[in-house]
Amino acid sequence: MSGVPRARQPRPKGRGRELTYWLLTRYTALALFVLALAHYTVTHFVYDSNMQTAEWIKQVRWNSLAVRFVDWSMLVIVMVHSSLGMRTVIQDYSKGRMQRIILGLLYVLTAVLVALGSHVIITLPLK
Amino acid sequence: MARGSTLPAPRRGLRGAIAYRGGEGMVAWAFHRISGIAVSVFLTLHVVSIFMVGANPEFYDYLHLFYASVPGKVAEVLLGAALLYHALNGTRIVVMDLWPALTAYHRLLWRIVWITFFALGLPGAFIILSRIWESAK
Repeated sequence: MSGVPRARQPRPKGRGRELTYWLLTRYTALALFVLALAHYTVTHFVYDSNMQTAEWIKQVRWNSLAVRFVDWSMLVIVMVHSSLGMRTVIQDYSKGRMQRIILGLLYVLTAVLVALGSHVIITLPLK
Repeated sequence: MARGSTLPAPRRGLRGAIAYRGGEGMVAWAFHRISGIAVSVFLTLHVVSIFMVGANPEFYDYLHLFYASVPGKVAEVLLGAALLYHALNGTRIVVMDLWPALTAYHRLLWRIVWITFFALGLPGAFIILSRIWESAK
């Protein structure tokens, strides 16, 4: 796989786990094209990022179950996409025992980030 | 690996590592990987900082002061650029992967990526950076 540059990951042969990951990366990419770009537009153009203090997030942005649900969905989708992407990067630049250790750390970090993000979205009181 | 590839064999060492061996595909791939890693690093900080909205709002507001600073605004533009490039080039990849016949038009798709990138990115960067001199008034 390594050595010669390639434009993209070739579609894995067969119907195994690798194909599932490959397709999952692409389907989450399509969802994030809408979700992540809309998120950046809202947080940086619709609202000035300077005014988005913790109090503002409580009072305005997350004072809606629908917005919280969209943000939580985006969290899960982006963590699937970014962890699969970082998995490919790690597989390209490491091997053997070291690769398994770094991949393990990646999965732990991913689980921790999903837990922290879910925690704040669920437990922050609605006004 | 691409069968029937006409690319020359990679050279070893530093010169081999940085030598330009590909066409649009190699640049697209390198930028896609760099922007993807950059956005992932930001995402980690972003989720932790948003967690602080509930756990420690004072600390969140303290971190947030950075966003309003001049380096913060530049970082905001760089994040937007990485995100926009990754989204546009990623769409190009998905289009070619799900409809392989369109791979024949990869060079046209590559140009559409860059035209869209600058058409959206330059006005966007201007809006964000203009807050530096607007807030200085």
